[in-house]
Order: sequence, then C-alpha cells, then structure tokens
Amino acid sequence: MAEKVLMKGNEALAEAAICAGCHHFFGYPITPQTELAAYMAKKMPKIGGTYLQAESELASINMVLGAAAAGVRAMTSTSSPGLSLMTEGISYIAGCDLPCLIVNVQRGGPGLGGIQPSQADYYQATKATGHGDFQLIVLAPSTVQEMVDMVFLAFELAEKYRMPAMLFSDGLLGQMMEPVELPEPGSVKISEKPWAVTGHGNKRFHNIVNSLYLEPDLLEKTVRERYERYAQCQAAEQRCEELMVDDADIVLVAYGASSRVCRSAVVDARAQGIKAGMIRPITVWPFPVDAIRKAAGHAKAFLSVEMSMGQMVDDVRLALDGARPTYFYGRTGGMIPSPAEVLEEIKKIQEGI
Amino acid sequence: MRPDLNLVLAGFGGQGLLFAGKVTAYAGLVEGREISWLPSYGPEMRGGTANCSVCVSDNPIGSPLILNPNALIAMNLPSFDKFIDAVQPGGTVLVDSTMVEKTTDRTDINVFYVPATKMADDNGIKGLANIILLGKLYKELQFCTPEALQKGLAKCVPASKAAMLESNKKALQLGMDY
Amino acid sequence: MAVVFERPHAITDKVFSYCPGCPHGIVHRLVAETIDELGIEGRTIGISPVGCSVTAYDFFACDMVEAAHGRAPAVATGIKRARPDNIVFTYQGDGDLAAIGMAETIHAATRGENITVIFINNAIYGMTGGQMAPTTLPGQITQTTPYGRDVNTAGYPIRVCELLSTLDGVSFAQRVTVDSVKNVRIAKKAIKKAFENQVKGRGYSIVEVVSACPTNWGLTPNEALQWLRDNMLPYYPLGVYKDRYPEEGGEE
Repeated sequence: MAEKVLMKGNEALAEAAICAGCHHFFGYPITPQTELAAYMAKKMPKIGGTYLQAESELASINMVLGAAAAGVRAMTSTSSPGLSLMTEGISYIAGCDLPCLIVNVQRGGPGLGGIQPSQADYYQATKATGHGDFQLIVLAPSTVQEMVDMVFLAFELAEKYRMPAMLFSDGLLGQMMEPVELPEPGSVKISEKPWAVTGHGNKRFHNIVNSLYLEPDLLEKTVRERYERYAQCQAAEQRCEELMVDDADIVLVAYGASSRVCRSAVVDARAQGIKAGMIRPITVWPFPVDAIRKAAGHAKAFLSVEMSMGQMVDDVRLALDGARPTYFYGRTGGMIPSPAEVLEEIKKIQEGI
Repeated sequence: MRPDLNLVLAGFGGQGLLFAGKVTAYAGLVEGREISWLPSYGPEMRGGTANCSVCVSDNPIGSPLILNPNALIAMNLPSFDKFIDAVQPGGTVLVDSTMVEKTTDRTDINVFYVPATKMADDNGIKGLANIILLGKLYKELQFCTPEALQKGLAKCVPASKAAMLESNKKALQLGMDY
Repeated sequence: MAVVFERPHAITDKVFSYCPGCPHGIVHRLVAETIDELGIEGRTIGISPVGCSVTAYDFFACDMVEAAHGRAPAVATGIKRARPDNIVFTYQGDGDLAAIGMAETIHAATRGENITVIFINNAIYGMTGGQMAPTTLPGQITQTTPYGRDVNTAGYPIRVCELLSTLDGVSFAQRVTVDSVKNVRIAKKAIKKAFENQVKGRGYSIVEVVSACPTNWGLTPNEALQWLRDNMLPYYPLGVYKDRYPEEGGEE
C-alpha cells in the first residue's frame, strides 16, 4: 500500500487523472479549480503529455472533443461560469458519442456569483448540460480519496457507455486537504476505440466523428440508440453510500460536501434517539432511484440537503413518486449548512411524523 | 479515544497560518488519525485575512469547515474579533500579543497572550511566530506525540529549504518553553 | 484507353451538395489532389465547419470530424496535440472562421499550431440563406443588410490574411482565388505549400480563397466571378501575406 499523503482535492484529482492515462488536459483558469490546472501545467511536460491553456472554455472543451475524437483520454476542468460556456461543446461531445472527463469544481451563482463552494449546478449537470436530448455520467465525490478513485471510474464508464463523464465537485472538496492514497501508475486498462479518427492508414474506410443528421428519422434513430445505452447505464451503474438507513425513520439525501455535513447531523440525531439515516448518491446521474425506493419501504420521510435552493430534491421526489413526504433544506451562494442547522430540520420532521 | 482537535488558525496572508495548520494536520496523519485541512480562499492571498480549519479526530470528519473551534490561533485583530466569540467553552486560544493588543472578557475559555512576533524577531527567526504559537498550543493541548509533531514539521518543510527545518524546530521549542 | 482526368483518391464518390457554380467543388478538389500528391490520405484528419461545407466529412476520403460553428481550430488543436504525427486541416467559411470562431482562429494561429487552414471567403452566409458575413463588403446587399452594408452601424469587413500575418505564430498566409485557370493553379500551389509546411513541422498555415456565392449574390456563375473580380479582389488583394519559408512553393 502506498503511503498516505496530504493533498488538496484539486491536486489529488489531477495526479489521479495522469495515473489513469489521461495525458491531455485543456483548460482555462477559474477559481476555485485553478490548482488542478496548475498541477497539470507542472506535470504534463515531464511525461510528454499536453497541458494547454486555451483562450476560453469554449475552446478548451472543443480541444477535448478533438483529442477524444482522436482516441486518447482527455479532460478539462472548470468551475460553474466556465461550465456554462462549455455546454455547447459538451452537447457536441455527447452527440458524437465521445468519452471524456469534465471536472466542475462548483461555486456560487448565478452570473459571476461568488467563489465559495456551491451545489447549484445540479440541474445543469443532470438535466441540461447543453441543447438536445442527452445525458452525462455525473459522479459526486465527497472526500479527497474519492476525487482520486472516481477519476478512474469516470474514464472507465465514459468509455464503456461512450458518454462524457463529469466529476461533480465543489470549492470545498477542491480546496481541502485530506490524507489520500494515490494509485500505482501503469495499471490502467484503456479500451480500444475503433471509431476514433487516427488516420485510416489506407486500411479501412474513413471514420467520421459527427453529430449532424439532416434526416430527422435518422437523427431520431441515433438518439434512441443512445438512450438505450443510457438505460443500460441507469440499470447497472447506480451507486450510493447508505449510512444507518436500514432502520431509519428519516432518510437524508445529500451528495458531495453537503453529505459530510449530514453525516455529522445523522450521528448527532442518533445520539438524541432520532432514527436518522443518509443515502449519499455517488452517481447523481444515473440517480440512485433504487436505493431511495427501497428505503421508502420503511422510512417515514425524506430530507434532501443541498448547497442550493433545492435541485436534487426533484429527483428524490421523482424517485418516491409521492410515496413519502419529502423535505428540503439548503444554503446557497457559497454558504455551507452546519450540522446543527440540519439537526434542527431533522427534529422538525421528527415532530411531524 | 483521544479528544477531537478543531483548530482555526487566522491572521494576515503571509503569516504562515496555512503552513502551521498543515504541520498540525501532518502530525495527525503520522498518527493515523482522521484529518482535514481547509483554507479560506479568495482574492486576499497576500496581506488580507487568511485562515484555515484543521480537524483531527479518531472518527470520520464531517464538515471540514469549523464554525465553533475548540482551539484558535489568532495573529491579527480582525481574526481575533471574528473568531473569539465562536470558540467553544473550555477551548484554548493563542493570541499573538505583538499583533493584537486587545484582550477578551470571556472567562470560560483558556486564553494565552504570547508576543510571538516579537519573540521571533528577538531570536533571529523572523517570520516564524506561527510556529512559536503552534509550540505553545502543543504545550497546552498535547494534541499528538512529540515525535509525530516533529515528523509533521519535517514533512512540511520542502527538501529544497532544508535549512529552514532547524529554525522551525527552534520556533517550536520557544513556544513550548513559553 | 488512357485516363486523362479522374476523381482524386482523397475525394469520395458522394455527390457534392453544392449549388451550380459554387467554387467549393474546385477547392475540395485542390485539397484532395494535394493529399494525393503528398501521399498523406492515410494519416490526414480533416475538420469540416458549420456552413455550406458542413458535410465535407462525406466528401473527403480521409478521417473527418465535424466541429461546432467556429470551433474547428480548437478541435484541430485537440487532435494535433493528441496525434502530432497526423496531418490535420480545417476547412472553414467566413462566418465560421472570422465571426463566431475568431477567438479560436487567432489563438490557434498565435500558438503556431502545426495545422493547415483552408478559408473560403465569399462575403456571405450561404447555408442560412445569405446574411451579412464579417467579410461582406461595404454597401453589399444581403438578407440582413437589405440597404447595403452600412459601415456606420455594421462596421467594416475583416481582412483575415492581413490580420493573421501580424502574429508571430503564423508560418504562412496567402490569399488566392479560383476564378480562372491561372488562379486555380496558383491556389493549388498555395494549398500544397500549406500542407507541406505541416508535414515539415513549420506551424500554422492558412490559405484564404476569395470565393463566390452565385445563389445568394443573385447572379449567374459567370456574373458572380465577374462581380468577384470587380468588387472582392480590390478589397481583398491576392498575394502572399506571410511566408517564413519563401524559398519553396507559394505564389507563381
């Protein structure tokens, strides 16, 4: 086992991406993800990889598209306003069925918003990351170690389902240091990509990477085929962590930074005799609907806790389909809820059930 | 089970608070405990206010953002004003009295006023007031073994600045002897 | 029987989607002939734009990527950085290259990306039905300048070769046209040089082709070429604007 080191989430993620065989990084500076790009700028030249500071997020995501089309593992990282600029390119990447990694170290919005941690891009990540019918695989780490581990998972799933994958982080996870065990490099299996543009070498018909289908019936067929893959992904890849859910009356649902706050709140609630538990989505797309429906068998109420005005709560409600009352508590604009605030919400719900 | 350390270090950017926090965190890491280190970030990297939260615990750490610290190192007046009332009753507070002339009326916390900046200047280790205060905090709380603290310090001084390790050790000792 | 003229290997047998009299076909052919002559089809990757040549991915026989509007230089950068041994070219119109994609164009050029850019300047948006382009001439009537381009409100046309030639990263910039046999030959030579530069690792090369759009200009093909000579060429003078390696190829 490798020795544990203290690393910032952003830097650990960058190192993990290199270990995962991603040697092509394109980005544009923005707080609070900058350490990630800076790490890449330092490391990539030493391993013969690419670090390129693009002229904008529009350009960087399209550079990722080009590199991914050429069959290599490629990534970019940004924070909320930058992700908005990338949505055009992400839609094209999805329409071209290209695997790649996009990191969003979320900050408060809308507009220029703020630079403190936020989870207000949930709708954008899971519902509308660009125009058209498409989805991304969205992984939500809650520790620095998960920032590392999920890079590998993200590339693996992206290649398996030929979808772009997003690591859905925030300023808190990006900036904090925790002990982390880095993977041994060189053990990664990168899948074959017969569809990539590599030059046909006069050995095959030309490959075309394209999202344009001028015939509507053909476009519909292409989108439907893509959605069959999405369905397979939804069936096979839902991931979550359950904390004291088995006998819980009140089940909190929280991901990323807010799940850390909820972990403390659940422990505190149990200490006061309240049967609280937590489902922590690890994949926010595909959303862990199965775990939530299973918990609805015995739980009396659900509480979605987010650093937003309430976005994931919609998915909790959709999963429950009215079976159980669903509550929401959130802070936004860069504010982080405290365990005490969440405990108060739990107590209020406890009184009502 | 050892008590949790929820330490906030606050002051001006450039006073080395993030570094002192990292030493504390690494000392916890050496002992195999759960730790987190969270800096404030923003456009105030130099000269503005800077702080960081360090949690050391035997249990998984929830929120790494400390709202009510049980230990505080305050190295300027705005930081003292901002955090002094948030300290948990029974908590330990280290104030750099060279930088902060004010005192607190609170009697439910243990406050130590240490002229750390002056001590650093007088002992030819200018800029190491942060580590002097950390030494004093260690003397009061013994939040890890002495070996772990020394190892934590060694981990944080980069090999390219090996000469700095001795002055840091000296600063730590000055704090412990105060 | 001897074959005296045939389709270049680097062009597929798909029927072109272009209007009668459109010079896209000629320029496609010149690019394909170049690819054939340099023997690089097997390692060439082309990028088609958004505009009339959006489906160029069907016409070129090499591997192809279709980019978002204006983003071809960024896509080309990603491909070239991932596969430096491949030959990467973009094929872009004036709206794509000089309006929505100007930032990508300038920055790919100033980075000296080792790519080849074929730029078709016909002073109008063709595919969307004839709107003002960044290269539309002062006074020129289009769907969105129905009273003629008023420079007081719509500004002036952009001269791309002149602009890019100020950048240190640019290796080669030449403006050509394809209105006559002589000029087609010059254009071919420029395009070939732009590809050869890349093969030799000489950095960013662009060939601007002053082109015609008979359909949206509302002229017959011959009238359109005459209009091009009378109006476009005085504003967009032909010639080499930058050439770091002037000893080989280029203008006749």
